[in-house]
Amino acid sequence: MNSVWKRLRSRENQSGLLLISPTLLVLIGLLIIPLILVVITSFGQRSADGNIIYAFDITNYLRLIGYSQTGACGSTPAPCFDPLYIGILWRSLVLAFQTTALVILIGYPLAYYVARAPAKRRNILLFLILVPLWTNFVIRVYSWIMILRDQGVINQILGALFAVVHLEFKPLTMLFTPGAVLVGMIYEFLPFMILPMYTSLEKIDPALYEAAADLGANTFRTFWRVTLPLSAPGIVAGTILVFIPVMGTFVVSDILGGRQVILIGNLIQNQFLSARDPAFGSAASILLMVLTLIVTVFYARRFGFGDEVVY
Amino acid sequence: MAGYAVELQNVVKQFPGPTGELVTAVNNVTMQIRDGEFFSMLGPSGCGKTTSLRMIAGFELPTSGDVLIHGKTQGQTPPYQRPVNTVFQSYALFPHMTIGENVAFGLQMKNVDKSEIGPRVTQALEMVRLPGYEKRHPKQMSGGQQQRVALARALVNRPEVLLLDEPLGALDLKLRKEMQLELKKLQREVGITFIYVTHDQEEALTMSDRIAVMSMGKALQVGQANEIYERPNCRFVADFIGETNFLDGTVKAQTGREAQVELASGLLAVANSETTLTPGQKVAVAIRPEKVGLNRTSAANSFRGRVDEVVYIGTDTHYRVRLPGGQALRAREQNDRADSLPVAQVGDEVTVGFDTAAARVLVE
Repeated sequence: MNSVWKRLRSRENQSGLLLISPTLLVLIGLLIIPLILVVITSFGQRSADGNIIYAFDITNYLRLIGYSQTGACGSTPAPCFDPLYIGILWRSLVLAFQTTALVILIGYPLAYYVARAPAKRRNILLFLILVPLWTNFVIRVYSWIMILRDQGVINQILGALFAVVHLEFKPLTMLFTPGAVLVGMIYEFLPFMILPMYTSLEKIDPALYEAAADLGANTFRTFWRVTLPLSAPGIVAGTILVFIPVMGTFVVSDILGGRQVILIGNLIQNQFLSARDPAFGSAASILLMVLTLIVTVFYARRFGFGDEVVY
Repeated sequence: MAGYAVELQNVVKQFPGPTGELVTAVNNVTMQIRDGEFFSMLGPSGCGKTTSLRMIAGFELPTSGDVLIHGKTQGQTPPYQRPVNTVFQSYALFPHMTIGENVAFGLQMKNVDKSEIGPRVTQALEMVRLPGYEKRHPKQMSGGQQQRVALARALVNRPEVLLLDEPLGALDLKLRKEMQLELKKLQREVGITFIYVTHDQEEALTMSDRIAVMSMGKALQVGQANEIYERPNCRFVADFIGETNFLDGTVKAQTGREAQVELASGLLAVANSETTLTPGQKVAVAIRPEKVGLNRTSAANSFRGRVDEVVYIGTDTHYRVRLPGGQALRAREQNDRADSLPVAQVGDEVTVGFDTAAARVLVE
């Protein structure tokens, strides 16, 4: 940090400072200062009328990990342990991992296909991948209700098929399940995985595939030894672009999970809006941020930051 | 004779063109490449030489015709099952692997015993004069070094035939000359058949045992360097390899291998012909400039003309002599005398002459 300042202050970099100053102002005003406020709030307490009492109190954090000294979670006043919030956190983490893994598996073949398509068709395909992003996020998630609900598209088609073979059909309950949330997440974040994967696949010199074949590698071994390692930077970049937002999002789980699937994002939203306990909500935000940071740093250490590996 | 390493039998390759029509890249090519020889396919870009090579490697399949490797027809055999290896124009080294891993790749794919891979990689890198470079990455090496790694990566597999697709194209002139000699030496050492694609006639002449000159998807002439240079069988070959004077005219008479050709100016030239000509046929007399002499009155063909250009290039001096009918004849004189003064000046009236044996009648 120090060296960054030194470089910014040095004379030859004054134009550089000028160039980054708008971004710097935005970052300070809209990210750094609010973040400091959130940290301060997270150590406060909720007053009886829903305001914040500023203090230095780690009760919020203890509550998050489920520990209560006053026995608020048990029937006796003795200290007790309740894993409610840990469970929510764990569920969010698992869902983020599932979403990322499935988005990689679904997106990779498509990215590969687009990257190897003739240039003209490639542009059309890329355009089609981006088209859904023109519609509002919330509207796109709502449209999944039409597909998944008891009288939705899927159940109606299945019902019609069952009627043809004269079988009794009981509509499947899909909406407001963890599965519905997972489907919504995959749908929502697929483009953010496909685009970086496409970029790194597209950069691979086709002569390398021929060289591998020439040296005796069949299609599978060419993929395993050449294509996959060379497209790894795209997978890493995509993973970071998908995993972090999925960890914090609450819209998909709110709409497609009903009240049944509570994620850490929903918890934070509730604390600020309905429960009116910004202090506890801030603590949950900080915990989410730290957790995401730990996972991302661990991942980046292992696989790089999605940038080009310097050979 | 051990027979043929590679045979192309009536090979045709067509590609769909930009507007949907078929473009013929290789048009009914038949050639035999002998076991252990350094064979070059030479021609301008778009002549079908690279496509021919890619069909031997298996990257392209012939539209019709057959490719045989050591007598075995290849048919639909994919590249990874053919006993050949390729050195690519762009080298195509795997950027995410070290040099050692690159060279070991082919052996790993053939499931060569692990204990054998290490020594063979070391040996291959020694062969291309890059010992101890196993741990480097391709990006850390110069173009010439990468070229040599590509060579080692192919040769380590001991292919029956090595295919080289303009491998020296990206190197600078000095390095290219070095690599030409090195490649030739290497080929003699390993005794593997090399098929070399190039558009550089000098490169082909320097290295090859035999050369196929290709144009418009056809192999026009196949032969040793001196055959191709001294006895080109058509105008394209004579023009593409080296410099040639073409004197257009019509056949007047033929006695045995000597033909009399009446030039446009009415002058009469006598030249060699291997084919039977009919009087009145339109032909060209082809003669290399270094075989044309100034003030050589004794030659069978000698014409008066006026010098209209003199270019001194050190070892030689080039003259252009305008003949009475307007045709130009270029002549080259070696500057091998002590004074090295030009034998003629611009505007001088001179006699240019050449021997019948040095001139050839070309029909097309």
